[in-house]
Amino acid sequence: MILALDPLYLTNIGLAVVLIALLKVVLAFAIVLVAVLFMVWFERKVIADMQHRIGPNIAGPWGLFQTLADGLKLLMKEDLVPEHSNRFVFKLAPFLAIVPAFLTFAIIPIGGNFESKGGSVRIFGYDTYLQVADPPIGILLFLAMSSIAVYGVMLAGWSSGSKFPLLGSVRASAQMVSYEAALGLSVLAVILQTGSLSTHEMVADQAAGGFLGFIPNWNIIVTGFVPFLIFLIAGTAELNRPPFDLVEAEQELVGGFHTEYSSFRFAIFFLAEYLNTINMSAIIVTLFLGGPSGPVLIEGIDWAWGILWFLVKLFVFLFAFVWFRATLPRFRYDQLMDLGWKLLIPLSLGWFLFLAALNIGNDRGWNPGVVVGVTIVGGFAGGALLMAAIRTARTERISQEVDAHG
Amino acid sequence: MNVTETPAESSVGEAPGEPAAADSAERVRRRGDDSAVLRMSDTEAAEIGGDPRTPDHDQRVLLNMGPSHPSTHGVLRLMLELEGETVLRSKPVVGYLHTGMEKQGEQLSYLQGCTNVTRMDYASPLFTELAFSLATEKLLEIEIPERATWIRMLMCEFNRLASHFLFMASNGMDLGAVGMMIYGWREREEILRFFEKVTGLRMNHNYIRPGGVAADLPDGWQYDVARLLEIIPPRLEEYDKLMTGQPIWRARLQGVGAMAPEEAVALSATGPLLRSTGVAVDLRRDEPYLAYDRVEFDVIVGTYGDSYDRYAIRLNEIRESIRILHQILDMMPPGDYRVQDKKITPPPRARIDESMEALIHHFKIFTEGYKVPAGEVYAAVESPRGELGVYMVSDGSSHPYRMHVRSPSFINLQCLPHLMQYGLIADGVAIISSVDPIMGEVDR
Repeated sequence: MILALDPLYLTNIGLAVVLIALLKVVLAFAIVLVAVLFMVWFERKVIADMQHRIGPNIAGPWGLFQTLADGLKLLMKEDLVPEHSNRFVFKLAPFLAIVPAFLTFAIIPIGGNFESKGGSVRIFGYDTYLQVADPPIGILLFLAMSSIAVYGVMLAGWSSGSKFPLLGSVRASAQMVSYEAALGLSVLAVILQTGSLSTHEMVADQAAGGFLGFIPNWNIIVTGFVPFLIFLIAGTAELNRPPFDLVEAEQELVGGFHTEYSSFRFAIFFLAEYLNTINMSAIIVTLFLGGPSGPVLIEGIDWAWGILWFLVKLFVFLFAFVWFRATLPRFRYDQLMDLGWKLLIPLSLGWFLFLAALNIGNDRGWNPGVVVGVTIVGGFAGGALLMAAIRTARTERISQEVDAHG
Repeated sequence: MNVTETPAESSVGEAPGEPAAADSAERVRRRGDDSAVLRMSDTEAAEIGGDPRTPDHDQRVLLNMGPSHPSTHGVLRLMLELEGETVLRSKPVVGYLHTGMEKQGEQLSYLQGCTNVTRMDYASPLFTELAFSLATEKLLEIEIPERATWIRMLMCEFNRLASHFLFMASNGMDLGAVGMMIYGWREREEILRFFEKVTGLRMNHNYIRPGGVAADLPDGWQYDVARLLEIIPPRLEEYDKLMTGQPIWRARLQGVGAMAPEEAVALSATGPLLRSTGVAVDLRRDEPYLAYDRVEFDVIVGTYGDSYDRYAIRLNEIRESIRILHQILDMMPPGDYRVQDKKITPPPRARIDESMEALIHHFKIFTEGYKVPAGEVYAAVESPRGELGVYMVSDGSSHPYRMHVRSPSFINLQCLPHLMQYGLIADGVAIISSVDPIMGEVDR
């Protein structure tokens, strides 16, 4: 049973249950669309503020409808398909980008009373989770979807039949595939702590009381910050957002993979990009910051508190992504690869092994001091070997280049 | 220097370091072979110049970057031969902004000439005006009043600031630091506001003219200058925070587009591009014009000749210019702002109603222009981009027989193929940005 974790489906499944499930789907869809509209406006406003500009302020109050206006404009633009493109793939690619983005949102718990009701709320007399689906594969769905989204970007660039998009898509496939490894390894650290892939279980686990009664039991603390930082960096890279926006680096590749796209097909890529930003922030909140868990301050509207905590935490990351964009210069392609393969992946793997050793030591009743000592020594040995390997490779490469052209 | 750990050092008259001269001579020789790409067809160049990297031509892509491209600074077109993302060879193609300004100069009188040349380097228009005026004054053999000289210096140093701020903005932009773009524009805007107050225009001022300047500084200019000199230094500190010490920024610029001093000299590069290699050449110090021999400043030179040095040099040149401006503010002499030679400068409006001679002079200056003794002359100034020279031949009439502008952007552009070779496309963008070409000046 793929949906069996949700108490909604544990009762007799009748028309009402089906309708509630449908309602959740429609609501989630509407929420993310509105969220994207808001996110684009938010980004433009915040960046404008950081750059001493005003930002959109004409369409609607405080320019709130600017995104809507832009979207409508794009709808009415001429839809161009380049002559040298592969027409079928060219038209398919935007959908490969947007469908995974929508699907990812399904597994994110956006509310629920984790204090007393185990993360469920009561809708029309039925207990249910405030997330579209809580499949047992949980977080793996997110990884799978982000892998599929690579195809959207890659095929878009490839099928455009033009050089700049092609370069963009080559960058995209390399970047997204290599950062997925670091992303997956830091998710593993969380799974190790939670013992479950289900996003709901992860939140419920983090909602349990922490140390000293007031420090929350969030994975960011439990897993020791490192996986969180790696996930944040790798997530930014996975999103192709600055400083990792090589895929669509305007100053280098004009528009990158979507150079040849116009009209609504472009709008779909744009939508997918911002959907992914919101999803990634939500996933970070779910994995590391306890999702919607938090104190219920007023008992009567217990459902509202989860949503509030979730939004507050989400905002932190949405702002952070905008902040990155306003501040940081862009990485170069080879520097990005170096960062991914030579730093993030070894570090996340090492940290994962460290956490695993701690857990096993705990289970077997080994002396924690010895476990930590041995893993640190092992980590250093591994790190030193890796450094030696990297240095040797670099010396080799430089001497080859010197031989080739001085 | 305020910049922490920048390789750029301030030094006056110091000889550049000689890092392994024999080695770089060999590099010049190799580069010389590769530079064939500039003079002959691609096939020929490939045959003679030895082919870079693999002989496998199937793996190569020829990419046209520009003339319409976000980071080619206007309409520069670059033909790049790529292997993956590595640039094997490149070839800048210019001429997309060609408006025949040099030729036009032969039709315009010396008085009108300034309106023409000011449109060449639109980021630092006052320098072309200055070079043109200096050349004309040399032909006329006139001395301009003291105050006019100092006003010219004041305006030119401010223009250098504005131009370097524009560089900061576009350099940041090209490397993806979008915030920097606006900050650079913001500071430039402050200076342009001052320009507007003085000259009436934000760019293409036609302010510096043969014989002086168009108008005296407005009342209270000291306050405006003092205010600008007060607000700019703290903003440079912001730049340092945002970019100079930023690890990504350094990784993107250090070692990118490095050039040896010999190469730079061989390619007759000037300005920050040359100084970044450690060759301390600055016309303000070496061949002082205006009153630069009476102010104190340092010539900033780099060490490695890479994009980071060029960035750091410009940042510190802003600081040096501020130093010069402080001195100008203190030393500005009173007096006339243009020569009182009625053959050259038009009479005041009021005099025309009273004096027959004034009316005739006025009429002659604005219809025929003033006659300039025959001869040829070259006058050069240190523009923000390098040595900006005007070579002028006069046949004794009121129009130049020939006017040629040695534009630093154009000549610096020929370093591009050397700087970009074996870099990535992203490096290419950083390098174009660090050469800081202004296409109006390139194509003239």
